[in-house]
Amino acid sequence: MRTFEYERPSTLDSVSAALASDRDVRVLAGGMTLIPSMKMRLATPDTIVDLGGIPELVGVTADDEVVAIGAMTTHARVAGSEEVRRSIPALAELAGAIGDPQVRNRGTIGGSVANNDPASDYPAALLALNATVHTNRRSVPAASFFTGMFETALDVGEIVTRVSFPVPLSAAYEKFRSPASRYALVGVFVAVTREGVRVAVTGAAPCVFRATTIESTLAERFGPDALENFRFPREGLNDDMHGDAAYRAHLVTVLARKAVGRIVASSGSR
Amino acid sequence: MKVNITVNDRAVTADVPGHELLSDFLRDRLGLTGTHVGCDTSQCGACVVHVNGASVKSCATLACALDGATVRTIEGLSAPGSLHPMQKAFHENHGLQCGFCTPGMIMSAVDFATVTPAPTAEAARRWLEGNLCRCTGYQNIVAAVLAGSAAMQTTEGARST
Ligand SMILES: Cc1cc2nc3c(=O)[nH]c(=O)nc-3n(C[C@H](O)[C@H](O)[C@H](O)COP(=O)(O)OP(=O)(O)OC[C@H]3O[C@@H](n4cnc5c(N)ncnc54)[C@H](O)[C@@H]3O)c2cc1C
Ligand code: FES
Ligand code: FES
Repeated sequence: MRTFEYERPSTLDSVSAALASDRDVRVLAGGMTLIPSMKMRLATPDTIVDLGGIPELVGVTADDEVVAIGAMTTHARVAGSEEVRRSIPALAELAGAIGDPQVRNRGTIGGSVANNDPASDYPAALLALNATVHTNRRSVPAASFFTGMFETALDVGEIVTRVSFPVPLSAAYEKFRSPASRYALVGVFVAVTREGVRVAVTGAAPCVFRATTIESTLAERFGPDALENFRFPREGLNDDMHGDAAYRAHLVTVLARKAVGRIVASSGSR
Repeated sequence: MKVNITVNDRAVTADVPGHELLSDFLRDRLGLTGTHVGCDTSQCGACVVHVNGASVKSCATLACALDGATVRTIEGLSAPGSLHPMQKAFHENHGLQCGFCTPGMIMSAVDFATVTPAPTAEAARRWLEGNLCRCTGYQNIVAAVLAGSAAMQTTEGARST
């Protein structure tokens, strides 16, 4: 790894100040993506600003309407949070199926969202649940936050501080894990909200997206059999050694059907 | 940067460069070579140690980030000459062949036993997703983890920090 300066500020203001430099400054969260990238020299920052010294970036708060998760909250903490499990169990489950236990003990929601890996899990939850990404400067709806492959609406010097999720009526996430990396080959998050059904797909394309055709089909009739003969188009989907576009298109429908099935089953048992 | 880290109950103060990995800090600086580096790409889990009681991959953690933290490695799991119940279980269940993955497996398994109230084979397999073994086929590792977890629940003071 190339050498760099290391800073660990204890306030958000000093983070903003450190980022205002014209050198190549990167913030460090769990390091689960950044440290391997620095080893491969995909990232060669002059300075690392570790967000680990700022207590206000860690933790979960929840009321009946909204669950807010600090950027530096680890996947393990979200998976184990009583508040998240009560309000949005699908989100806790998603966090608990990221990578492996050691990745979950360090990796954070802020790092995951800022990185916007096309195969990562959180972006599907943010988009389906209509979450808001809060930064040190503004609040951005998920729909305009994830702008492309590894790209977000974050400007230079801007960091994620918190993500807030409106509590849905019900939700489920189904993921087909890559057996090697544990990332989503395809993941589908289905949320039933007061405004309607929202379906977000990760892993299948260069960036997370909403499957609006599945949403309108489910709006007519909400049940797994509504998608029985549904064919998701393969156009624009990833086509690589992990799976071709036709296979991914097939997985989108299969996983959506499974997620809807789980929502129906859980509401029936209530 | 000057850091204070408690390693295996010993206070260590060192001036470390920003890019020094915890795995290098432990192995090269402190001579604790029980922590193995297998892949150096966060995939294999040979480098797993405990930071403030939770298992992490030391090859993907900066030493600087751990100022004030408590670290435990395989060397600090039990007193010299004695075995921690999880180590004993690996021994008794033949949970290793070449042994390269074993320190990481055991540190991960101790964390598993600590956070899992009712361990099952399925839960152990799921937990060990971040620990790769090229030799055993995992069967005996899972048996060892279950035996070690059971032994830890009956052994007082076996919990690592
Ligand atoms: C073996 C392995 C398996 C994995 N499996 C999965 C998986 O199944 N699903 C999945 O979704 N992910 C997976 N991941 C990725 C994991 O979830 C990472 O934790 C995540 O991608 C990055 O989070 P981090 O906290 O480690 O961020 P870091 O690695 O520290 O940072 C990542 C990037 O985001 C930037 N950044 C970090 N925090 C902020 C912030 N608050 N504001 C602005 N920018 C920020 C950094 O500068 C860097 O560019 C896996 C990783 C590994 C190593
Ligand atoms: S050496 Fe750290 S995960 Fe392989
Ligand atoms: S015993 Fe050889 S790698 Fe596991």
